[in-house]
Amino acid sequence: MPKVFYIQPDGSETVVEAVAGDSVMQTAVRNGVSGIVGQCGGSLSCATCHVFLAEENADDFAPVSEDEDEMLDCAATEREDNSRLSCQLVLADGQEVRVTVPEAQL
Amino acid sequence: MSGRLLVVGAGQAGVEVASSARGLGWDGPITLIGQEPHAPYARPPLSKAFLKGEASLESLALRSVAFYAEQRIDLVLDEQVAHLNLTGEEAVSASGRRWPFDRLVLATGAQPRPLPIDGADLDGVLMLRDVRDAGILAQRLATVTDLVVIGGGFVGLEVAATATAAGVRTSVVEAAPALMNRVVSAATAGFVEAAHLAAGARVFTGVRPHRLHGEGGAVSAVVLEDGRELPAQLVLVGVGARPRDELARAAGLRCDDGIIVDEHSFASDGRTLAVGDCANLPDPSPAPEPAPRLRLESVDNAVEQAKVAAATLVGAPRPYRGVPWFWSDQGALKLQIAGLARADDDIVIRPDARPGRMTVLRYRSAHLVAAECVNNPADFLVLRKALGAGVSLPREKAEDTSLSLKRYLQVAPA
Repeated sequence: MPKVFYIQPDGSETVVEAVAGDSVMQTAVRNGVSGIVGQCGGSLSCATCHVFLAEENADDFAPVSEDEDEMLDCAATEREDNSRLSCQLVLADGQEVRVTVPEAQL
Repeated sequence: MSGRLLVVGAGQAGVEVASSARGLGWDGPITLIGQEPHAPYARPPLSKAFLKGEASLESLALRSVAFYAEQRIDLVLDEQVAHLNLTGEEAVSASGRRWPFDRLVLATGAQPRPLPIDGADLDGVLMLRDVRDAGILAQRLATVTDLVVIGGGFVGLEVAATATAAGVRTSVVEAAPALMNRVVSAATAGFVEAAHLAAGARVFTGVRPHRLHGEGGAVSAVVLEDGRELPAQLVLVGVGARPRDELARAAGLRCDDGIIVDEHSFASDGRTLAVGDCANLPDPSPAPEPAPRLRLESVDNAVEQAKVAAATLVGAPRPYRGVPWFWSDQGALKLQIAGLARADDDIVIRPDARPGRMTVLRYRSAHLVAAECVNNPADFLVLRKALGAGVSLPREKAEDTSLSLKRYLQVAPA
């Protein structure tokens, strides 16, 4: 079972047991993790699931696509090198992933 | 904040009211009643990923089972509320169960409009609202060669794109002169129509279906008003939805194309709340000369209006303000709309050097009131934010496609 560690801007951490095949966004929304909105349900339409992906997980996922790249440029919280849209981070069995939630999504 | 909260309707809006109210500090019992046997799920993928078999019902769940338990939200499924007694503060289901409440939220949604023509009751004529419909549609799609979609709105076009990609010969029939009538400009509709044609669909606009032909009780063709006949073993009717406001009406709440609510989501008794597709609300958008009242069928509205209702419930009311937005994925097309344009609003087209992309801006006199983006998610995000913040984009700037919207709108004074 994949596991996701969500770190809030204040440093507090929530750990969620996820389902393989779900995204980091879906896992957060279904379990009420605050700070990840995911209003479009993961169809790359809203950029409200922005996260900062931990360095150790940088190579665990498919690279940023052109649309994701453009959307990250326009996210509510300033983009950083490790910015991702969490709807694009699809979890595999056994994976442990750490993401930090930005201050604002809208 | 410690009474019994009852939410009738377990779609996106109902789930959001229940979870937001709890999140904002509602202490008392919360009951969320849904008439389907499934835990609440996301509907937008039904016409896309789910129809293609790429998403399971489980993967569409809006919240985990554990979430409802942790949040002490009593999720009641497979129960249809049949009667509301607002003064007696009680809801009664068709099966005779009773739910007393202190506060009531109606999130009863909308249902597809049936097609009022001969043959609409033939086997193989389907509508798409819930996961059961989507399952039947997916099964049938796998066995037919010809599909006719009646109605060129979001749902119809999404299904058409999915079916075309699966190799089904697909025709779309739209009574209005353009697809997605009144939702987008003719320019955007034309761009989308061209994409559907290129993908292999046939599109018939400005013509109504006259009747459906059947053979042995099953649909075999759609006959158009002008006499043309389109073969079809499957017909999807997507001609809009009407609000499910019967319960509210019977309970004495004012209804007119939905349950009439104010900017705090209060219904006409000043105590019941209504949210989502079933509610008829004051236009929340900041545009000049907003529509007096409207109904919004969108995820954005379901979520935002539900949050407003939750704030009302916990005694921290705030008016509903925001830029409504919509999206529709049709095959390779990602259509995103922010703001509510009227048919007579002006159009400024920003063609994109990259093929398959376009952004259309809508102006009401000097004011930017809406944006329509095709495969341009970055433009969409910038424009949605600008519309929400009331940041101006002079028309002559909008017309200058060498100008980066992102750069201009971020440096422009608010």
